[in-house]
Amino acid sequence: MSGIDALVVGRSPHALDRKLCRDLWRRRGQGIAVAVVVACGVATAVMSFSVLRSLDETRLDYYRHDRFADVFANVVQAPTSVADVIALSPGVARIETRIVKDVTLDLDDLDAPAVGRFISLPVSGAPTLNAFTLRRGQLPSSWDEVVASESFAMAHGFAPGDHLVAVMNDARRRLTIVGIALSPEYVYALGPGQIVPDDRRFGIFWMSRNALAAAFDLSGSINDISVALEPSASEAAVIERLDQSLRPYGSPGAYGRAHQYSDAFLRGELDQLVAIGRLVPPIFLGVAAFLLHVVLWRIIDVEREQIGLLKALGFSDGALGRHYLKFALVISGLGIVVGLAVGVLLGQGLTAIYAQFFHFPVLRYRPDVVSMAAAALIALAVSVTGVIDAIYRVVKLPVAVAMAPAAPTIYRAVPGERLLIFRRLGWPARMIFRHLARRPLRAASTLIGVALAVALPVATLFSFEALDYMVDVFYARAQRQDVTVLFSRTQPYAMLDEIRHWPGVHAVEGVRVMPVRLTAGSDSRLVTLTGIPSDATLVRLLDADLTPLAVPAQGLALSTKLADLLHVGLGDPVTVRLAGRDVALPVARLTEQYIGLGAYLELSALNQLLDEGAVISGVEVQIGHEQRALFFRALKDAPVVASVVLKASTVNAFRQTMARTLTLIVSFFVLFAALTAVGLVYSTAQITLSERGRELAMMRALGFSGRQVGAVLFGELALLVLAALPLGCLLGHALGWVIVRGLDSDLFRVPLVIGARTYAAALAIVVLASLASSWPVARQLARVDIVAALKTRE
Amino acid sequence: MKTASAPALRQDILVARGVTKTYRTGAVEIQALRGIDLEFHPRELVVLLGPSGSGKSTLLNLLGGLDRASRGQILFGEADLATLDDRALTRYRRETIGFVFQSYNLLPSLTARENVALVTEDAPQALAPEAALELVGLFDRKDHFPAELSGGEQQRVAVARAIARRPPVLLCDEPTGALDSKTGVVVLEAIDRINRDFGTFAILVTHNVAIAEMADRVVAIADGAITSVRSNTHRCPASTLSW
Repeated sequence: MSGIDALVVGRSPHALDRKLCRDLWRRRGQGIAVAVVVACGVATAVMSFSVLRSLDETRLDYYRHDRFADVFANVVQAPTSVADVIALSPGVARIETRIVKDVTLDLDDLDAPAVGRFISLPVSGAPTLNAFTLRRGQLPSSWDEVVASESFAMAHGFAPGDHLVAVMNDARRRLTIVGIALSPEYVYALGPGQIVPDDRRFGIFWMSRNALAAAFDLSGSINDISVALEPSASEAAVIERLDQSLRPYGSPGAYGRAHQYSDAFLRGELDQLVAIGRLVPPIFLGVAAFLLHVVLWRIIDVEREQIGLLKALGFSDGALGRHYLKFALVISGLGIVVGLAVGVLLGQGLTAIYAQFFHFPVLRYRPDVVSMAAAALIALAVSVTGVIDAIYRVVKLPVAVAMAPAAPTIYRAVPGERLLIFRRLGWPARMIFRHLARRPLRAASTLIGVALAVALPVATLFSFEALDYMVDVFYARAQRQDVTVLFSRTQPYAMLDEIRHWPGVHAVEGVRVMPVRLTAGSDSRLVTLTGIPSDATLVRLLDADLTPLAVPAQGLALSTKLADLLHVGLGDPVTVRLAGRDVALPVARLTEQYIGLGAYLELSALNQLLDEGAVISGVEVQIGHEQRALFFRALKDAPVVASVVLKASTVNAFRQTMARTLTLIVSFFVLFAALTAVGLVYSTAQITLSERGRELAMMRALGFSGRQVGAVLFGELALLVLAALPLGCLLGHALGWVIVRGLDSDLFRVPLVIGARTYAAALAIVVLASLASSWPVARQLARVDIVAALKTRE
Repeated sequence: MKTASAPALRQDILVARGVTKTYRTGAVEIQALRGIDLEFHPRELVVLLGPSGSGKSTLLNLLGGLDRASRGQILFGEADLATLDDRALTRYRRETIGFVFQSYNLLPSLTARENVALVTEDAPQALAPEAALELVGLFDRKDHFPAELSGGEQQRVAVARAIARRPPVLLCDEPTGALDSKTGVVVLEAIDRINRDFGTFAILVTHNVAIAEMADRVVAIADGAITSVRSNTHRCPASTLSW
């Protein structure tokens, strides 16, 4: 029994539902194509917002639980009594003072020294602020006992009871790990010179204050202050008062959580999730709404007479409107259900990746019911919006009009047909252009949809190329050393000669590195100022064209990003707070630097400003591969070394981290884009075949081959896809710009470098997806029954 | 069952031998043609006459290579259509057959001239599209799209398209079925003229008895079988027909 027969017998709403089921089954290909696009949109939204919520709630719970401070400051050395003064300042709720020192660690499983950040524990009781969660073991009870950070311990397989050697202020100390802990300050643990966490080469250790003070001759002194604010206090005001109090002790300036590395990075990730959640789902849902619109519009065209008949049989306008609305709702409902499930799975996957980098006591993915409900409702609303005019057409279709044959398809000459070029085109091209011109909005929407499917891979795949470029510019062209060594205290230039004679050393240059606050007008930034010699070759300043720049004899060289943040240009004065003193210096050079915020001054000029004679605080070293081990041995034994940065390890860690974090997201966006292209091309081909089936059958009857007929059907699609490709590349570039802006942080400035490789991959993805989705339609066309098709009414 | 007899010295252009066509819809089997034997001669105009559902259009579709017989042979010269693959059948339709359908079946996105040019572009011996349209009296309407033409005009464009390539066989399936009598006669005049002036063999499928008068032979079909074959001693000009 056909759908209509069943309806005539029953005239019940159930009969319409039976028709609905059969219609859905008959058009399952198109239904699935649309549902997949809806699913992509919903999945992206659910993934982004639920991971965002999981991460944000975990972060805030953790901060609350372990009393993460609001404001932080470092000084060279200050008496412990400074805490009493600060504690009385308005807005300060609690204060914690500590000794924090970086030292080198001599580990058996690493050839080069690792860096340990040693943090003092209060003489008695738990820390007031920046507490830690002891995961295993116990607190130190003697001077040689430490608690180690969990990520470092895991990277080396350390457990309570294990030992390690630290070079503390010229002395090699054998320390015993008695506990393993996590700290809210180091959720994202970046060591000196690192741009991504490298848990093997950087660890945090908590040690008794007395032990640390004795090791560094800091008895009665501290060098690190953390403050918790009163609920209503102004952070800026507290920072200002703190700066005044700490300036005599060599503080470059206090800073809030926004500039605390770990929290700043975490917030950056949260911002990216918000950006993805806001930017990407509307693309998918927009395409889905358009597809639903054209599919339903075509169904109503085909079922025009049935609609008339059903109305004649007594079905109300509303019942028929609801019937077709249900068709759209079932399809988008299917997409929503799949999208919710995929979104949760993606959320779990992404959370698992985050858990590798963000060290929380517990980071559990919690499906966020609110964002799931919101995504589902928005997807439903968008779907309904897409089909509302088609439903209105069903409701308003008068019975007599519906049952009469549809008016013939009216084509007109395309503007410009008289041009020679058009006259020279063959009839298939003319048919294609006129068909496109007949429904320009539909053609334009398909074109934009396919263009977006190109844009998404362009805007995500480019990140791999951009990262390569960042690494190349910063680590191959600008930073040409192999190892950066920072000393625990300044050394005379003579140290350079000593290191030059170490085994394996090819070149060595001295640097003076110190934290400073740069201020220009109302803009201010805490950065590391690097003093480099005027004839430096290992650290080079590059201009926008990546040409090396001479180190200015006077004045600062700033990275363009830092100059942007301070709103300064060449020649503008910048106030530098150096060891508690303010000095005004002009901006003499602008340098291109994609990693970190760079501020440079000529080494002797810096020493002159500091009035400390010819000293260096570290060295850049180029070493030969064959004597690496001997060089590292010498480094491990060197007493004055506070930290060591291996460029190769930093670059490797950076590449591995980016590959792990980006691969999942980029893969899914590429897959989603391919699915969108499949959905669009498949649905458009199906609809065109349905609309023009009779015309194409006529051509077969006239003796045209299946290939020639296919050229008309697929030529139209090919034209749309081909036109969409360059537009997609442009949109991808624009979308890439938006994404790059979103990724911009103090740590990185991702260059918008989109090379041929990215464009080629994006184009290949969409072209292959289009070909794959055309295949079933081509087979349908090959099997078309000419006689039956010619009998079909338009 | 009757067999059309052929004059001894003339070679048949199309021959149907024991042609059977069975359609299967689910469990139901419908026999549309039951062993048709028929020979067609060059230059003649044959009317296949029969009521709706008699199988006349099915036979026309088989002769035109649009469909394949379930059993039996359809011979065009030496070639048995049943043995032709899809590509050869396509070529047969393109080079041998001119079709005119009841519902015109023009390509709506091409103008009258372009619809005709569709089949003439790769045929050196073909009429110029303008000349073909002139033959059916539509030269002035050559740049109009189908939607801008009346039903009769559209059908005449279809006739012009069918004959422009100067095919040896013209197959017309109810060419006047959707037209009023006056317009129908104009279309039949065009077919008549082409048959007489070019000597194109033509088969005209109709249920309209009046049209039979313009034929050389009239083959009556009912229930998928030939019920009678008669030759008209005098062919009436199409212009004299009315219904």
